[in-house]
Amino acid sequence: MAAATVDTETLVKDVVARYADARAGLIPILQDIQAALGYISPQALRALERETGISANEAYGVATFYTQFRFTAPGKHRIQVCNGTACHVRAAARITEELCRYLGVAVGGTTPDGEFSLERVACLGCCALSPVLTVDGKVYAGVTPKKMQRILKEYGFERKAGKS
Amino acid sequence: MSHLAEAYARAKAEWRALEESPAPVVYVGAATCGRAAGAEEVIARFREESEKAGLDARVIEVGCLGPCCFEPLVIVHAPGGPDVCYGGVGAKEASEIFARHIAGGAPCAEWALGVLSDTAAHGIAPLTEHPMMRGQVRRVLANCGRIDPENFAHYLAGGGYEGFLRALEMGPENVIEEVKNAGLRGRGGAGFPTWRKWTFARSAPGTPKYLICNADEGDPGAFMNRSLLEGDPHAVLEGMLIAGLAIGASEGYVYCRAEYPLAIQRLEIAIGQMRDAGLLGADIFGSGFAFDIHIKKGAGAFVCGEETALIASVEGRRGMPQPKPPFPAISGLWGKPTVIQNVETLGNLPLILRNGAEWYAGVGSESSKGTKTFALAGKIARTGLVEVPLGTTLRQIVFDIGGGIADGGTFKAVQTGGPSGGCIPAEKVDLPVDYESLTAAGTIMGSGGMIVLDEDSCMVDIARFFLGFTQAESCGKCVPCRVGTRAMLGILERIVAGNGTPKDLETLEEIAATVKQGSLCGLGQTAPNPVQTTLRYFRHEYEEHIQSKECRAFTCPPLVWYQIDPARCIGCGLCVRACPADAIHGESKSPHFIDQNACIHCSSCLAACAPANAAIYRTSGERRRVEPRMERKDPGAPAQPGKG
Repeated sequence: MAAATVDTETLVKDVVARYADARAGLIPILQDIQAALGYISPQALRALERETGISANEAYGVATFYTQFRFTAPGKHRIQVCNGTACHVRAAARITEELCRYLGVAVGGTTPDGEFSLERVACLGCCALSPVLTVDGKVYAGVTPKKMQRILKEYGFERKAGKS
Repeated sequence: MSHLAEAYARAKAEWRALEESPAPVVYVGAATCGRAAGAEEVIARFREESEKAGLDARVIEVGCLGPCCFEPLVIVHAPGGPDVCYGGVGAKEASEIFARHIAGGAPCAEWALGVLSDTAAHGIAPLTEHPMMRGQVRRVLANCGRIDPENFAHYLAGGGYEGFLRALEMGPENVIEEVKNAGLRGRGGAGFPTWRKWTFARSAPGTPKYLICNADEGDPGAFMNRSLLEGDPHAVLEGMLIAGLAIGASEGYVYCRAEYPLAIQRLEIAIGQMRDAGLLGADIFGSGFAFDIHIKKGAGAFVCGEETALIASVEGRRGMPQPKPPFPAISGLWGKPTVIQNVETLGNLPLILRNGAEWYAGVGSESSKGTKTFALAGKIARTGLVEVPLGTTLRQIVFDIGGGIADGGTFKAVQTGGPSGGCIPAEKVDLPVDYESLTAAGTIMGSGGMIVLDEDSCMVDIARFFLGFTQAESCGKCVPCRVGTRAMLGILERIVAGNGTPKDLETLEEIAATVKQGSLCGLGQTAPNPVQTTLRYFRHEYEEHIQSKECRAFTCPPLVWYQIDPARCIGCGLCVRACPADAIHGESKSPHFIDQNACIHCSSCLAACAPANAAIYRTSGERRRVEPRMERKDPGAPAQPGKG
C-alpha cells in the first residue's frame, strides 16, 4: 500500500493501453483500475489525467455517478448486504442495522483494523433466497441477525466486548 | 441450412449420447442462486462419490430450472429409468441419492420433484405435474437448467441458431414482418411493439447502426434476466443477431450489470463460441451481413435502464437521460440509429423465427402475445422464476404456481414493476397479467419482478422503501424528480416515524402528480407509482400511522414495542440466547423483560419463544399481537425443504 504511487502510475498506463479510445472507454478503464487497486485513488485519477488528457475532475465526475466506484480503500473482506425489495420485506433493514452495530461501522465504512468493509447494494438478484448478504462474493441466504454473527465469525470477526 | 450442418450433426450426436448415456449423468443447477444454496458442495460430493464407486458418472453444471425455493436442484440420469429431478439436495442427500438411485437403481422419492417424462415412474409423478410447474408454459426458459450453458453443442442440439439461419434466408423485411405478426412487445416494461422500433431504426439515415442489449437489470426484486443469461446465454445472443440483421446494425453491445459476474463470464464464453463458428464477423456465412458483439459492464445506476441514459453510459459519460425526441432509433449511440432491447425480448426472437409467428401468437391474450417470465419473491411459499402466457391471472401465478403465502400468512398485495410499479391489492387478484390491465390498475408490467406481500408488510413502509430507492437513483438533472422525490421521501419518513400530519397525504398526492407529469425520463415519471397505488388501495394504513400512531403490520420500529407477558413467561432463557442485541434480561425461571432502548426489533425472540408459552407479543397503538404463526422457525428464512 505504501509504495502505491509508483505502482499506480504504471498500472494506469497499462490499463489505458488496453483501450483504443480512452474517453469512450473511461468507465471500463475506471473499472479495471478499481479491480486492481480496490478503489479509485486520487493518485490514479491524476495518473489517468497525465496519460489520457481526461481531467481528473471529469473522470471523478463520471465515477461518482455510479455506485460501483469507491474512493476509499476497502477492507480485506468485503461485505455486501442486499437491500432489494424481496430482502426488504424479509427485514433486510434490521440485518443492515445490526451489521453496522455489530461491526461498529456505518454503511460504506471500513472497520478501523481494515479487515471488513460494509456496503449496501440495491439487489444481488438472489431474491428467492432473501434476505441475502455476500462476503467476498460468497452468497449467504436466509440471513438472520444470529446467522450474520456466525458468518462474520467464519471470517475471523470477534466482537471485542460482550458475548460472542 | 447448409451452414453449420456439420456442427449440428456433431451437436445432435453429442446430445443423444448424453441422453442415452450408459453411464450416469448428474445435472446440478449452479446459477448464482443455486450456488448460494450450496450447489458447489453438491457438485463436489457427487464427484467424490462417483470416484469412490468407480462409476465414472458425469457431473454437469447447468443454469436454474426456476423453482428457487427447492435449490439446490439436481437432475439425475441413470440408465433404466426416466431422469429424476430432485430438490433441496445438500451434500448429505447427494451421497444418499448416489447410493440409492445411481448405484442402486431405486430413486429417492422423498426428495423428488418429478420425473422428466410424460408418465409417472417409480411412484414419482412427472415434473410437469408439480404444482409449481403445472401452469407454466416454458418457452424462453426451456433450456434453463437443462443444458450446459457453456457448451455450444447443447444449444445447437435443441435447434439453436436455426432461427437466425432462417432469418438470413428470409431477409430483414420479412423478419420484421414475422415479428410483427407474432405480436412481440418489449419485455423491459413499457411494452412497445418490437417491430415498430425496428422499422424506425431500419429506415433512419446514418451508419453504422447499433443494437444494445439492456442487461442492466436494476429493479430490486427482479432476476429474470440474470437467470436467462446464466442459463442460456446463446438464446439472447442469437436474438441479437436476428435483431441486428433486421435493423441493419453492424455492432451490438450487451450492457450487463457488474453485479452479475457469472452472467458476464458465460456471455464471454458464448461470444467466443459464436466467433469460432463463424456466427460473428465481417461477412457471416457469405451473406454480406456483418455483425460483432461486445460486452459493456454497467457500473451501477438504476437510471441507466432508461434508453438515453444507458447510451450516455456506454459512451463513457455520466448516465443522465436526454429529452426525447430524437429517439435513439433515429439518433442514439454516438448519434447513430440505435435499438435498445431487453434481454427477454431478445430471448423470444429465436423462438419466433424458428417456429413462426403463428405458433408464437398461439398463447397470450388479445393485446399481449406470447409468454412472460416473472420472478416470484417476497412472502410467497414457492419462490422462483416462472414463465406463463400473458393474460394469466395473478391468482394463478400467486396461488396455483406460487403456492400462496409462506407460513400460513394472509395475502395482502403484490408489487409489480419494481420502483416504477405499484401494489395491486388482494381484491384484484383475478386481474389478468398483461400490459393494459396492469396499467389500468395503476402499476406497470415492468421487467417481471413480483414481490408478494402479506399482513406483515406495511404498505407505507413499502412506499417509503421504493421512494428511498428512486430518490437515491434520481440523477438530479431535472427539478421535478430531484426535488420531488426528496420531498415525498421526507414526508413518508415522517409518517413511518409516527410524526405525520393529516395534511401530509394531500401534499403527497400533489407532489406525486407533479413529479409524474414534469419529469424528464421514465424514472421520474414512474417514481410516484408506489406512493399513488398504496394511497389508492391502502389509504387506511397511512391514516392509522398518522392518527393513531399504529402500524398494523408491526414493522415500523418507532411505532412498535416488543413486550414479554410476565404471566406467560417461564424464564427459560430461549429468547435471551436468540437476542442478538442482548436486550432481554431476567433471572432464570422467573419472568424476563425487554430493554426497550436496546431492542432492535428483529423478531428473533418471537421466533425463539416456545409456541406453548407464546409469552412475547408486540403492541402498536391500540393493537396488540401475540405471534400467531409460531410454526415459522427463522423469521425471514425461506422454506428450504429437505435441508438437514
